[in-house]
Amino acid sequence: MSTPSRTPTSSPSPRPASVATAPGPTRHRPVRGRPRLRTSYAQDLALLNTPAKRRSTIALVVVSFLVPFLVTDDLLLVFTLGLIASVGTIGLNLVTGYAGQVSLGHAFFIGVGAYTGAILGGSEDASVVGYGLPMLVWLPAAGLVAALLGALVGPIAVRLRGLYLAIVTLGLVFLGDHVFREADSLTGGPGVGRRGAQLEILGIDFNASGMLLGLEISRAQRQFFLALVFLIVFAVLARNLTRSGVGRAFAAVRDRDVAAEVIGIDITRTKMLAFALSSFFAGVTGAMYYAVIGVFEPGAFGLLLSVQYLAMVLIGGVATISGSIMGALFITALPRISQELAHVVPFISESATGGGLLSVFQLEAILYGLLIVGFLIFEPRGLYGIWLRIRNYWKGWPFSY
Amino acid sequence: MTTLLQALVTGFGQGAIYALLALGYVMIFKATGVISFAQPALMVCGGLFSYHFSEEFGWPFWPALGAAVACGALLGAIVERLALRPMVGKPVFTLAIITIGVDVVLRVLANRYIGSQAKPVEYPGGNDLLEAGGVSITHQRLGLIAVTAVTLVALALFFRYSKAGLAMRATALDQETALAQGIRVGVMFALAWAIAGGLAAIAGTFIASGSVGIEQSTWLIALKALPAIIIGGLDSVPGAVIGGLAVGMIEALTAVYQPDVAPWLGANFALVAPYALMFVILLVRPYGLFGTKEVERV
Repeated sequence: MSTPSRTPTSSPSPRPASVATAPGPTRHRPVRGRPRLRTSYAQDLALLNTPAKRRSTIALVVVSFLVPFLVTDDLLLVFTLGLIASVGTIGLNLVTGYAGQVSLGHAFFIGVGAYTGAILGGSEDASVVGYGLPMLVWLPAAGLVAALLGALVGPIAVRLRGLYLAIVTLGLVFLGDHVFREADSLTGGPGVGRRGAQLEILGIDFNASGMLLGLEISRAQRQFFLALVFLIVFAVLARNLTRSGVGRAFAAVRDRDVAAEVIGIDITRTKMLAFALSSFFAGVTGAMYYAVIGVFEPGAFGLLLSVQYLAMVLIGGVATISGSIMGALFITALPRISQELAHVVPFISESATGGGLLSVFQLEAILYGLLIVGFLIFEPRGLYGIWLRIRNYWKGWPFSY
Repeated sequence: MTTLLQALVTGFGQGAIYALLALGYVMIFKATGVISFAQPALMVCGGLFSYHFSEEFGWPFWPALGAAVACGALLGAIVERLALRPMVGKPVFTLAIITIGVDVVLRVLANRYIGSQAKPVEYPGGNDLLEAGGVSITHQRLGLIAVTAVTLVALALFFRYSKAGLAMRATALDQETALAQGIRVGVMFALAWAIAGGLAAIAGTFIASGSVGIEQSTWLIALKALPAIIIGGLDSVPGAVIGGLAVGMIEALTAVYQPDVAPWLGANFALVAPYALMFVILLVRPYGLFGTKEVERV
């Protein structure tokens, strides 16, 4: 990149007179024909700081909105759940990837969100409480309740470091699991479960199919659109957070918390904020995910769920938003992938109890483990790292670098 | 009074299992600085080795236990060599997550072996009771406590007097200096994992010879040793033993008294009581009762 001084048109002028056309005093426009020349920090930190990113993001969003018309409904449900899980993964990535606080307690916050959503937005029946409030109430409420509990973990995280913290958050999952099982007027109890919240916003019911904006749109397609918008909102929110002062404070605390404190970052506040934000994302994810799933029971929020989300973060890419989305989509699709594998590979049986070397469920579980170990050993940057390598290859093509 | 004593004795027996497992965690933590989340899988595998030797091959209990310990130790060393050695020098968090992955893989294989039937190991004269002053304990529990005590003494002697034990202590103190003195640090890591695997196999065997045997959900028991090591302090061997026994007793006491004293906590609160205790202790002492406080250089 060339220095700004060689291009007089773009050099930041100290006099406001020369930038009078721009609305703000420090606003700099990209120079025509030199898209990668940055003349201000704002440009460097911009959300989509290269034209290629801008174009590919727009293309990706357009393609995503076309997906429901291209794939069958059962596959669409997998994508929908993957998109919703992406938000939870971004949440875990905020606290574990960006702020460096290892949390095995994500399942607990997802559970809190799921039940807050279900209680506020679900319908009442003989065994469980439900208030049937609109989605504009239960979705933020699910996030806020989870965030509140997350903020309570923050002070503990200040006192503890690293693996001590991991075990404490693990304890949180077990205590939460116990509460979810016992509070059966709220959760339906183990083996019974309850229905999730009602998916209805702005008069559109996402559990019904029918005409919408002049198009025949099925239930799965509606839910996919909802999940896509949901993800875009939260992904942009998270991306903006991480490129702002808050995100830099997270990174500083992750890299060396003593040094961060020395340069004036309030560690207690930052760690609390990290946990609260992460839990907010987990909470809204829980409410949405189980509203789409329908009936869910308290056993769903065990250690396995935490490990799954951790796997999404690690396989996707630590401290990346796009990686979180890739990881979540991939891991959510893993059951489906192992089912498809079972058709192809002869020694895998499709039933849970049948013969063969492994059943589908066992194959799925073993893939989790192997993928976690394999990615950490061979590509610690995850799927995002693989994408980077592909990108860099084509950047230099036909030269090797 | 008898109820209290009985609860304490029962808890002591269960605590011995936690102590063995906690000791395994501490071994690995001291040597490599990593908490091994693969311990549950090693425990289940150890129990299954015993089952296979005693029930399938028809060996008596004690030789089967010995063989299972050897197999468990070998398994631990293999895990270390394959999954963890390539990652030496990486952040401990990464290593801890790798052990989670290993745990998942091993447990799937173990579950494949377990199937739907629990796999019990028969302890010679297992259900005979020893009674004294209204308090009773099974011979199996007595055997467990005796084996735990012998193991602890043997480990203490090993670390104090043997050359390998000295080398392990040196590695725990400072890896680079140990390396500079000609100690093969990698081998010490493998040794720590082997000891942890062996301890887990003893615990697994005694769980298998307890009431129901090894089931698909047995691995959760090993996670209760995590509060034990947090309570005792991650890097303290006596802390692990005391923490393990404390967790066992708290669990037994809660099981006896909580339904009457605090029924609002719900049924089976005893199963999560160790975690609640862990929170309380950590708020007072962030490095456990016997752990060394981390000193950070700026």
